[in-house]
Amino acid sequence: MLGEGILKGLAETARNFFGSFVSKERLTTVQFPEERLPQPEAARNFPFLVYDGDDSQAGLRCVACQICEKECPPKCIFIQKSSDKKPDYIGKQQFYPAVFNIDVSVCMSCQICVEVCPFDAIEMDNAFELSTTDRFRGLLWSREQLAKPNSYFHNIHPATAAEVDERLAEAKARAEAKAKPTVAASTTSQPDSQTTTS
Amino acid sequence: MTTAPVKEATHDERAAGCGQDELLEIALGPHHPSTHGVFRMDVVLDGERVVKLKPVFGYLHRNHEKIAESASYLASMPYTDRLDYICSLTNNWAYALAVEKLAGLQVPERAEYIRVITAELTRLVNHTATIGFLTQEMGASGTPLMYAFREREKILDLFESLTGSRMMCNYMRFGGCRVELPAGWLEQTKKVVEEFPRFLDEYEQLLTGNEIFMARAQGVGILKKDLAIDAGVTGPMLRASGVNYDIRKVDKYGIYDRFDFKIPLGEHGDVYDRYMVRMLEMRESLKILHQALRDLPQGPLMDPKAKIRGFRPKPGEAYGRIEAPKGELGFYLISDGSPNPYRYRVRPPSLINLTVLEDMCRGYSIADTIVIFGTVDIVLGEVDR
Amino acid sequence: MTETMDQIFVLLKHRILAHSPVSVQPIFSAALSAIAILVVFATLFALTTILERKGLGRFQNRYGPNRVGPFGLLQPLADGLKSLTKEDIVPHSADGVVHMLAPIVLVVAAFLGYAVLPLGRNMTAINLDAGLLYFFAASSVVELAIFMAGWSSRNKYSLLGAMRAIAQMISYEVPLILSTITAVMAAGSLSTGAIVESQTGYSGIWPHWFVFTPWGFAGFVLFMIAGIAESNRSPFDLPEGESEIIAGYFVEYSGFKFALFFLGEYIGMFAICGLAITLFLGGWAAPFSFLTWAPSYFWFFAKLLVLIAMLIWVRATLPRLRMDQLMNFAWKFMLPMALINLFAASTWHFTPPGAIRWIVGTILIAVPYLLLGRGLMQSNKLEKRTYRFAD
Repeated sequence: MLGEGILKGLAETARNFFGSFVSKERLTTVQFPEERLPQPEAARNFPFLVYDGDDSQAGLRCVACQICEKECPPKCIFIQKSSDKKPDYIGKQQFYPAVFNIDVSVCMSCQICVEVCPFDAIEMDNAFELSTTDRFRGLLWSREQLAKPNSYFHNIHPATAAEVDERLAEAKARAEAKAKPTVAASTTSQPDSQTTTS
Repeated sequence: MTTAPVKEATHDERAAGCGQDELLEIALGPHHPSTHGVFRMDVVLDGERVVKLKPVFGYLHRNHEKIAESASYLASMPYTDRLDYICSLTNNWAYALAVEKLAGLQVPERAEYIRVITAELTRLVNHTATIGFLTQEMGASGTPLMYAFREREKILDLFESLTGSRMMCNYMRFGGCRVELPAGWLEQTKKVVEEFPRFLDEYEQLLTGNEIFMARAQGVGILKKDLAIDAGVTGPMLRASGVNYDIRKVDKYGIYDRFDFKIPLGEHGDVYDRYMVRMLEMRESLKILHQALRDLPQGPLMDPKAKIRGFRPKPGEAYGRIEAPKGELGFYLISDGSPNPYRYRVRPPSLINLTVLEDMCRGYSIADTIVIFGTVDIVLGEVDR
Repeated sequence: MTETMDQIFVLLKHRILAHSPVSVQPIFSAALSAIAILVVFATLFALTTILERKGLGRFQNRYGPNRVGPFGLLQPLADGLKSLTKEDIVPHSADGVVHMLAPIVLVVAAFLGYAVLPLGRNMTAINLDAGLLYFFAASSVVELAIFMAGWSSRNKYSLLGAMRAIAQMISYEVPLILSTITAVMAAGSLSTGAIVESQTGYSGIWPHWFVFTPWGFAGFVLFMIAGIAESNRSPFDLPEGESEIIAGYFVEYSGFKFALFFLGEYIGMFAICGLAITLFLGGWAAPFSFLTWAPSYFWFFAKLLVLIAMLIWVRATLPRLRMDQLMNFAWKFMLPMALINLFAASTWHFTPPGAIRWIVGTILIAVPYLLLGRGLMQSNKLEKRTYRFAD
């Protein structure tokens, strides 16, 4: 019968119309910025540098190995090694980045820098409300702007942060066990290893 | 938004009256609401019928292949996301397949299953978007488009919780997948797959029997079988013209030979057939997803021989191709032993499918041209690279 | 009490007229009616724009505009301010006078039709004996305005777009008018007031509206479809939709003149709906006999809102028809159906009342409908297809 398909289509839209008043599935709008959807654990936007403890200088995990700079596809990272060294979380003397700039207008959020970093020093942030009025300098982030504490990392990616902390604690325990071979018999330095990692 | 300037009639022509039958050349300009991106069509019209049509593209050329020559193999992976930006996971898979062929890497089983799951989800994402935009171009004031996008959002949420990003997923690596499935992802995916057929039924109720839709789509933009094969058209366009060619069945790449699914074929090769082939393909994808989610094994995600940094495949060449939602997406790589490829070439399905646009549109009116163009299903990121 | 509520506007008008000298009273009375109609329907226009956007939003699983004012109700104000403050661009080669006149003629012609619509009991602005004839004559001037808009742009393809819009409107005038003749035959008069009066009876609680007869129902459906085509609304809005691609008839207009075109289109839509209510849905008569206590103008506007909601519903669902399909539909389906409807209506008049009248009437309409429908689908080679799977 002519018109049957049209009538069925009209019934379908009517169902959606009346459904939009009763069910959330038929009215999927989220009224941003009053309502926000929670972001999943894995969500990523731009990178940030992690530091342990309260001092963003002393606790910075990055040792300026420049692997992320080399592997970055659009080459948006710029690192300058320092000339002096500072101790890292195990206590070994390491270089640190005197200059660590990321040009976020170039960064494509591919996460390769995070993947190749051997020190878990750079991780992906998920903040996206980043508008600025300065198109050039406002989007070139320096080390001070990029450094965020480990507690922030736990906030945004709890599972990953816990796993990273576990790995680092293990590495530290192994390093300390190697450094004190005489005491390594029964009383290993397990209790000491949990003090400095926050 | 109007088009580029229409040729003004001269004073003599106006004096002679409007009855003169001159050919009018119009540029359906790069700024157009219905051209799926920055794309231009130079159309020559005789009254209302299309006489000649020349597609002009290149407005989105981003030097993808040249950049790949100076970047490492891994660094090209995020760039492949941006080729067909709607279906990033299938682009990643095609590239990973080519590199795995080049370097002789083996992919563990769990990673293969996850690749199939993400690829079929991507097929759903692409086909719903295409059909939604097709109805939008027919003038349905956005309602079917909004329904399609409502369902797409659920799948994009799945992608975000798996890979971190809704569109630019960057998920495959050479030898496997990047990261393990998060907790609860499988259950969520099973729920989406179970609810999807109901949406497809509702969508068909809205569109398939609709007389106006049928009148706009049946008999419009016919592509004959021989022309399709000669021009190298692949994907749903080819299958709507009646040719049984699906690379999942021909090459059996990955583990597709383990799944039980059928290939829908059209008969007439018009707009309606292309629409129906896409709808039926979505149902077959759901079947594949059902089986893959049921049989997903445990195991490692990456080939132990694969290296993330310092990856230098032996000199040689390889061509890896998959059945992307738009057609045959292929990557041709030549390696000379260095960390960067010597030559990197993408076979874009959208561009090859676009070459028959003139033959399909000749003799139809402009309104039909827009609709036919919508079923070719191009994405400018892929056409221009 | 209900009588006063029902006639309150009439009484108000008499009260005001009593204060003016007798010689001026006729023209003053007409002016009052005109002002009332302008105010009421312009407000209805503003309300409809926001209702349409929110309605379309709900059909599409989203909110409509909801930021300007509570529930977005001040949105028409924002839209009006925006269109008033936009720059008025007139093409260099355009005919300035005609270009300026076209929207004004459109709005005036659209408003002229309201003079004969009975908005309530005793609330027709002008009670003409040939009201229906006047309505169709006045609303045909709208086509002239569209042609003026296309012609004044001095653009070959703008003219072509205007000519196609007119071809569409003229082709749909014929089924429009033919479907109204059945109501005229049943009421025995061309006067809109008389047609409504003949629908005000009740048998038990059921009303005597013409839509509750086979020929009335078919006539109503034909009238609404032709009416949607007359007011260039989806799915018949190709003249507007095509302006994306080829210059349509009003693409050269910006700012306030564009708003006037918009206003004219909606006013025309309300007029057609109003006439449909008058002819088939009983005008200002209440739907059931126990509901006659509510004022008559309330029923008229309630029915008008229901029809507007249906038009929004149809717009949200259906894609556009192509030009040749549109014309095909008008001449090969609507026109024969309208003629057969006339025949069925006259048969209804001569068969004795009771079940036999209903059966004969329904068969006389349903059988040609099925045959014509099948013929239309087959001539366009439309079919329900099945697909095979490769093995």
